[in-house]
Amino acid sequence: MMAVSVSSGTFVLVLAVFLASGVEMVEALTIVLAVGHTRGWRTSLYGVASALGALVVLVALVGPALVRVPLSTLHLVIGFVLLIFGMQWLRKSILRSSNLKAKHDEDEIYRATVAELASSEPRRRLDRIGFVVSFKGVFLEGLEVVIIVITLGSSAHRIGLAALAAGAAVLLVTALGVVVAKQLNRVPENALKMSVGIMLMSYGTYWTGEGLHVRWPGGDVWLLILVGIYLFATWFLVASLRRGEEALAASSSR
Amino acid sequence: MRLRRSLPFRVAKGFAIFWWDFLVGDTPELFVAALAIVGIIALCRVVWRINVLALVALPVLCVLALALSVRRAQRQLRKE
Repeated sequence: MMAVSVSSGTFVLVLAVFLASGVEMVEALTIVLAVGHTRGWRTSLYGVASALGALVVLVALVGPALVRVPLSTLHLVIGFVLLIFGMQWLRKSILRSSNLKAKHDEDEIYRATVAELASSEPRRRLDRIGFVVSFKGVFLEGLEVVIIVITLGSSAHRIGLAALAAGAAVLLVTALGVVVAKQLNRVPENALKMSVGIMLMSYGTYWTGEGLHVRWPGGDVWLLILVGIYLFATWFLVASLRRGEEALAASSSR
Repeated sequence: MRLRRSLPFRVAKGFAIFWWDFLVGDTPELFVAALAIVGIIALCRVVWRINVLALVALPVLCVLALALSVRRAQRQLRKE
């Protein structure tokens, strides 16, 4: 029972961190590629390196402080953050799956970034605007990865494993980015976002409960039950939204 | 003339804006719902001490909050 409990929790943790980090990195890579193509690769890569440096400093400052926070408070705060984050991701992916929202943002982000950069002053050796755009893109998306790694990793006492999963996702997305260049719209972003949303919501529910002293029978096997509940709820919401939209389209065409 | 704020002020402001966008953003209803869920579960578990009720209510309330937020978004998108 214990072995099943530990492995199910670890499996969900690694998968959640890996997929969430992958999705965030696709978004960051889109911006880096747009800056590289329009303002030069030197500027773009300086922005990436600076953002990564800033993130390392931030983790070094925040990480040790987390150890001093009481465990139930940590669980509650982490659970709360993950719950909101998970619900936001799941909401967006449900709306996309129901065709209420466009499925891919990457093309639009790429176009918007290129248009914004192309309208400003011509490129120099180290372009200030390009640097800021690249830095902001990597720093903000990277910060979300850091939050996911710290929250999920510290709650499960597996911060090293969470960091490894995130690192693997970053490497994979970078390698893919080099290969596919600006064809990031081929990444099934919505399916990934939906899976991550379900897992973050499951973890958020579990840790919120832990923080409020809810006793989960069977321990972290409950994570899998929560994944099942949210998977069913997602399927139900997508199906009912699609039916509603089809009925509306049919009645307006009459 | 524009007043130039100090670096710590700008960093603190940027940090606050990041967390506001991260937690509230364009879905304030989810933030309020999450706060309400924590309050209800705290009542169930800490005040009334009914574990089963908290255990069942927690995922049910989360699904309900998600469904209401999705429904709200659907109405807004139809108006657009």
